[in-house]
Amino acid sequence: MKADVTLDCVGLYCPMPIIQTREKINELNFGQVLEIVADDKGILTDMPAWCKSTGHEFLGAEERDGEFYVYVRKRR
Amino acid sequence: MSGTQEAKRDKATIVVFSGELDKALAAFNIATTAAAMDMEVTMFFTFWGLNIVKKNEGPLGGSGWMEKMLNWMNRGGSKRLPLSKFHMFGLGTWMMKKLMRKHRMPSLDEMIKTARQLGVRFLACSTTCGMMGVTEDALIPEVESIAGAATYIGEARESKINLFI
Repeated sequence: MKADVTLDCVGLYCPMPIIQTREKINELNFGQVLEIVADDKGILTDMPAWCKSTGHEFLGAEERDGEFYVYVRKRR
Repeated sequence: MSGTQEAKRDKATIVVFSGELDKALAAFNIATTAAAMDMEVTMFFTFWGLNIVKKNEGPLGGSGWMEKMLNWMNRGGSKRLPLSKFHMFGLGTWMMKKLMRKHRMPSLDEMIKTARQLGVRFLACSTTCGMMGVTEDALIPEVESIAGAATYIGEARESKINLFI
């Protein structure tokens, strides 16, 4: 999936990826896609939950070489 | 448009009664996550929980020998918190802090700052502050004010999430 901005959270445990995502999404324009890379498996359920709470769109997740690539579109 | 910006935010209240490091970390983990998910979070520190928000090098107050003794034995401050299990005279806490650094988990002090940055409200219970001789200048600046049970109930009755840690 193509992303406009990437946020590297490898090595960080919950809740840091979520907190950093929240800060990073402010830098994006409406409609842009943020890619978050993490190795904490919790992100697979955390990010959809965060999106549901904050109104952003969860686009999906991929796993590559033990790392998780999660995609969020800025919706507000 | 989801409308979440105009809508009132859901509230979460957390009573922090415990003064142990592991329980403090859990409380702040939950508080920061809730704040990151756009909730309005209030933390009430009472009894041993006050130790978490006491300054590390704060004044030892207390009127009367019992209060003074309590403050001396129960010095508090984020760097002095024991573990609730396997404290092993301090060895457990030392190991827990090492594990946290190894796994790049934020320290309790970092979590306190992050919580404040995310807008989490810190309130200190007036009754236990009075009883244990804890004055406002003995508390970290992140604490917004001293409050009573009615303030807690006022927030809790409107909260979707209410926890006692």
